[in-house]
Amino acid sequence: MTYFLQNVVNALQWGSFYALIALGYSMVYGVLLLFNFAHGDVFMVGSYIGFFVATGLVGLSATGIITLPYWLILVLTILISMILTSFVGMLIERVGYRPLRDAPRASAAITGLMIGIILETLNLIALGAERYKFPELLQSQTYDFMGVSITNKKIMIVFVSLLLMYLLNLFVMKTKWGMAMRAMAYDFAVVPLMGIPLNTIAALTFGLGSALAAAAGILFGTAYPVMDPYMGVTIGWKAFVAAILGGRGSIVGAAVAGFILGFIEIFSASIFPSTYRDLIAYSIILLILVFRPHGLFGQEHTSKLRL
Amino acid sequence: MTAQTIQESKKGRRFRLWWQSVWSRFDDVPLLGWLVGALVAVGLEYAVGRPFAQLLGMRKSPALFGFLFILKEPWLIPSAIVYVAVMYILPIAAVAKVTAAVANKTAAAMLRISTLLSVAIHLVLLYAVLHIWTDVLPYRLIVVKLTLIAIVITLSLNVVNGYMGEFSCSHPGFISLGAYGASVVTILLFDDPGPWLFPLALIVGGIVAAIGALLVAIPSFRTRGDYLAIISLAFTFIIKSFMENMEFVGGPRGLGGQPNWASLPVVFVVTIIAIWVINNFVRSILGKALNAVRDNEAAADAMTVNTRRTKMTAFLFSAFWAGVAGGLLAHVLAFINPASFGLQKLAEVLAMVYFGGLNSVVGSIVGAVSLNLLGEMLRPLEIWKWIVIPLMLILMMIYRPTGLVAFKEFDIVALLQPKKTTKGDE
Repeated sequence: MTYFLQNVVNALQWGSFYALIALGYSMVYGVLLLFNFAHGDVFMVGSYIGFFVATGLVGLSATGIITLPYWLILVLTILISMILTSFVGMLIERVGYRPLRDAPRASAAITGLMIGIILETLNLIALGAERYKFPELLQSQTYDFMGVSITNKKIMIVFVSLLLMYLLNLFVMKTKWGMAMRAMAYDFAVVPLMGIPLNTIAALTFGLGSALAAAAGILFGTAYPVMDPYMGVTIGWKAFVAAILGGRGSIVGAAVAGFILGFIEIFSASIFPSTYRDLIAYSIILLILVFRPHGLFGQEHTSKLRL
Repeated sequence: MTAQTIQESKKGRRFRLWWQSVWSRFDDVPLLGWLVGALVAVGLEYAVGRPFAQLLGMRKSPALFGFLFILKEPWLIPSAIVYVAVMYILPIAAVAKVTAAVANKTAAAMLRISTLLSVAIHLVLLYAVLHIWTDVLPYRLIVVKLTLIAIVITLSLNVVNGYMGEFSCSHPGFISLGAYGASVVTILLFDDPGPWLFPLALIVGGIVAAIGALLVAIPSFRTRGDYLAIISLAFTFIIKSFMENMEFVGGPRGLGGQPNWASLPVVFVVTIIAIWVINNFVRSILGKALNAVRDNEAAADAMTVNTRRTKMTAFLFSAFWAGVAGGLLAHVLAFINPASFGLQKLAEVLAMVYFGGLNSVVGSIVGAVSLNLLGEMLRPLEIWKWIVIPLMLILMMIYRPTGLVAFKEFDIVALLQPKKTTKGDE
């Protein structure tokens, strides 16, 4: 039982990362009907931006000009990096996707892949092969709860990601911009004719998704501090699979499926030898998709959609 | 003419006109003439290339037309240019021009006797050129082999992504299955295998990959839409993880020591067979049905195309050739490990297909050759290579979304035709 609960805690943590990243894939797909394959690397960029912001803020308080408590630095880091990374996302949309709006979907997929490679390489060029370590903003504390050890980091990660998902839901459901996004997702061709600026909405969607990815990157950095330029590749593709599992374009689906993926991975690693983790996790996902081809929350598409 | 020239006084225009006027002198050279020219050029390099290079101050002949000097030894660039001009450009141009008349007559005569004969002679010439060129430096040999294998991989992926219009991410998995399948046959199954085993091993690799493809095809072709993309992506992950857990093929450490059977003639012959078979496949009724499925599945269904079976066949066919290419790759490199068939391989293969052009055999050849050679030539840029190549691809996608030579049929007879002289037309 204790072992089970311990795994639940770990799964919730990993699920938060996957869910936050998967949301970005899903929102972009909902509005523009394409997968932003550079999204995993946006996560990486967000993590590095977070690293620099956090280091800068820590250094600033060390000089004594303004003394900031560490929890405030963490909050500020998340907010500032989210804003900065959302600009990166908008830039990617402007450079890589907007010129390809009328091109075949596959061309946009290639552009995304290539932008991802460029981001990784730029990082290597700018920062070198040295591994950076995310500054420790949250003093690690372990609580013992019915034999299950829970660190405050894990609580913070799950809490912050749930909060961000709630805020996103609020934005999409209650604001005018959110309504425009939903309308665009409903009909990509007609809604721009009603006076809704397609380009603005697309940029907004990329910005929001990238901001969430940045938050995921910083949360990831607090849990696993060693960063490298290729950290976004594997986790990004996994989150992509989660976005599909949730149903393309479904925001709730992406969030739920992110957590499901976390659970599948952690539990297959705990039951079977951990080297079999990917093998089992993806086989399960394959099976789910066989029986629910449109994902858990997605709507069935009758017409053929081109990637 | 004069009024035009006054308007076109820009430098770039003038260069273009000059280039056109130079190029138009070679309008009457058939493919045969170019091949003979290339043969003379590489023969010349084989005979006097090394002393000539040393005369120009280089230690040995520049491996890939002097591109490798860009960063390491930039002062050698002028000598490399002279070398390329004297060794390649001048002999090819001179021989092609001089023999144009004879080559035209020969090409026409050969085509009159039999197309097959003409194709065979051209291929023998092409092989001779490659053989002599790669004989000069061992580095060239590996580049040419890998490029030929890349052609097979790109073509096989183009069947799915171009002709069928789906987006498959499973090719690294198929290549991996083929590589491991063939290696198991040549290393583990037999104590003292002979080279006669190699074709069998390649076919086994192909069949293993095709069986793997069945795993992807059965779930993903039940529904329409882009589920193939996701299922095939999951498949690539699964195969990688599977191979890492199979201890008898070395697990994550990989499998090495494949016998050295993938010599240049073997790779060349397999590549030619692959091009021939795939070209015939996409020009067959099945290939046309495939195009119909891509353009409108419902309409194709109404026109009695068995869409599910068509897609299945094409997918398994594509996987088979990817597997064969994987087997070749394993024996060229003499080492494989699961990590080399991951997402990086996927990006590489997709890039070659979309750069060269969808729905086109020529496009795949162009894409594979150009990106492979470019990758080698830009090696001196070191890490910047991974900025330059992706940027090129992005620009290609923006200005030519379907690739360089998309939607073209590969007509061998037209390629081998003698060229009419322009003077005769006027």
